Amino acid sequence: MRVKCTAANVVNVSKLLASQPTDRPRRIGLFVTCLVDLFRPSVGFAAVKLLEDAGCTVEVPALQVCCGQPAYNSGDRATTRAIATQVIDAFEGFDAVVAPSGSCGGMLAHHYPGLFEDDPALRARAENLAARSYELTAFLVDVLGVEKVTAHYPGIVTYHDSCSGLRELDVKAQPRRLLGSVEGLHLREMTAPEVCCGFGGTFCVKYPEISNAMVGDKADDITGTGADTVLAGDLGCLMNMAGKLQREGRQVQVRHVAEVLADMGRIAPIGEPDEER
Amino acid sequence: MQSTAHAFKENVGAALADPNLQDSLAKLKVGFSERRRQAAERLPEFEALRDRARDIKNHALENLDFYLEAFERKVIALGGHVHWAPTAEDARRIIGDLCRSVGARTVAKSKSMVAEEIALNDHLEALGIAPIETDLGEYIIQLRHEPPSHIIAPAVHLTKDQVADTFFEHHSKLGFTRRLTERNDLVAEARHVLRQKFLDADVGLTGANFLVAETGSSMLVTNEGNADLSNTLPRMHIVLASIEKVIPTLEDAAVLLRVLARSATGQESSAYTTLNTGPKRPGDLDGPEQYHVVILDNGRSAVLGTAMQDMLRCIRCGACMNHCPVYGAIGGHAYGWVYPGPIGAVLTPQLVGVEEAGDLPNASTFCGRCESVCPVRIPLPGLMRHWREREFERHLTPRAVRQGLALWGYLVRRPALYRRVTSMANRFLALFGRVEGRYRALPLASGWTRFRDFPAPPGGGTFHAQWRRRRR
Repeated sequence: MRVKCTAANVVNVSKLLASQPTDRPRRIGLFVTCLVDLFRPSVGFAAVKLLEDAGCTVEVPALQVCCGQPAYNSGDRATTRAIATQVIDAFEGFDAVVAPSGSCGGMLAHHYPGLFEDDPALRARAENLAARSYELTAFLVDVLGVEKVTAHYPGIVTYHDSCSGLRELDVKAQPRRLLGSVEGLHLREMTAPEVCCGFGGTFCVKYPEISNAMVGDKADDITGTGADTVLAGDLGCLMNMAGKLQREGRQVQVRHVAEVLADMGRIAPIGEPDEER
Repeated sequence: MQSTAHAFKENVGAALADPNLQDSLAKLKVGFSERRRQAAERLPEFEALRDRARDIKNHALENLDFYLEAFERKVIALGGHVHWAPTAEDARRIIGDLCRSVGARTVAKSKSMVAEEIALNDHLEALGIAPIETDLGEYIIQLRHEPPSHIIAPAVHLTKDQVADTFFEHHSKLGFTRRLTERNDLVAEARHVLRQKFLDADVGLTGANFLVAETGSSMLVTNEGNADLSNTLPRMHIVLASIEKVIPTLEDAAVLLRVLARSATGQESSAYTTLNTGPKRPGDLDGPEQYHVVILDNGRSAVLGTAMQDMLRCIRCGACMNHCPVYGAIGGHAYGWVYPGPIGAVLTPQLVGVEEAGDLPNASTFCGRCESVCPVRIPLPGLMRHWREREFERHLTPRAVRQGLALWGYLVRRPALYRRVTSMANRFLALFGRVEGRYRALPLASGWTRFRDFPAPPGGGTFHAQWRRRRR
């Protein structure tokens, strides 16, 4: 394999150096994300476990709600700024802000500073937050240097690269590297793991026919691998793929990568009933 | 060209229901992107070249007046003419007048998206002048009276069988009475039919990939060589190009050519690269007697100096649409005007108005694949977001979306209230979804549940509720 030295890696290294007068970042603010909060709390707990196992202290600031993407991507800049300000306040003082989502992580790490071009004070705070913000698997591997996890998940798994994580935060090798250490897990790649699943936030309900065509292609690609489980790092994509696979009666389990890495692979998959109930 | 961008949603419905189109798109989705990937991999300095290409275009745009005037001076010194066309109508009139000045009956055209933009063919036909498309793809869609569906592969929406039917229908009256099915035979037949038309044409009209200020040359790349016949055989050669095509030097052109073909088709270079530098000189064996360059603005200069200026860097390679999953699902015609795909979603609202084309910048997941392959690094998702912001400011965003956003924004800014509302929603969805684990239908979510099940949350409450309980 060719080793790639990417801009994002360089940034991560410089973030790491900047953040260590003492040691590695220890006090982490978890950005839960609104979808995880409402639809799949286990992803949040998986993130907490992975971070604590790596020696971090995790806190969940109560002021946080959403990163603001629904407003941002609908062109409502004023609401986005109000929400971003709230997030900046909520995560003041943490060594790092970690989200189990490349999409929300990318919003904090890439888009917040540009919202405050006319407000130097807030812009500086947004840049400070951006420099401390990470997607979960990238944080574990690139910053904390985690190389393996203690988890067991027997079966063939395929991994979907969610767009923002992949293209804004260079999340590609990190989840695969960690999955490589999961006992019993075999990774089998799709033909086009980097092609969008068609979720796109409000896109999937504003243009449902196009979204359906895209997630239809994705479902074909997933089933084509013969995998029994599809994983990804963003709950929006996962709900979209799960919904399509299940509507078509395809027997593929859908889970967040953090759940499998945190050895929580025995809970019910997304969209399946909880057996204990 | 008449826009149907306002009917985007209807266009999408038709595109998704068209089996021939879906067949063609299935091939396109894999082919172009794979070839581009391989071409980029074979050239270690490809990423550095993209930076240089971006910088060259930025420099040209920042000094556009200077380079356009320099180009004009060169063309005049060579014995050619430059015509400035502020609007599409001006460009049509200028070209029509030029054609009439030599009594033209036919115009041999090589592929020009700007000619599509100004609806030149309709205008020429109204003047009694027959436009003849010499690019194979353009020729096919001209026979079918269709607009192009892709900026470098205008007939990419058609299957080979559809082309065979079209040729059989139109060529049988010219004596070609066998319905051909092989690709090479179809090309050979088109060549036979077209060759005589090249020889007969009074005027040759081409587009331009670049206008080189240093030499006064227009530069054109093709894979069929048709442009070379359009510009050398007729008495008059007209180049039609838009203002942002001008670049400073031939050296710059060399950089841009290296990223253009690789991004477009995955070729190292297109089969033909032609420089046209003025009319035939004394002693030249061939070439046009008259050389005219028509330079079109049509709303572009209004973008200069604004946050949207980056869109003018585009060198029309088509990589953004080749890699766009939305284009891959619906094809080019659904976008409703000349330029489809991500660049179309950015350019069309500027050129035909955001009221007309407001859907286009919204119909994107912001997956960012277009930006990741653009040879001149146009931030396409960012520009689409700019349009969404302008639509929101001007209250063009649909009312239901605005109201939904306002309610949601109200809640998000009140975390305590938000927690109460989402806890209720979570409990409700968990309770009624517990048997199936998901919903086949949900009120207010039909856009989702028409095609997908909606996953129900497990019992136990929201993350924040559980976290509070745990830490107490």
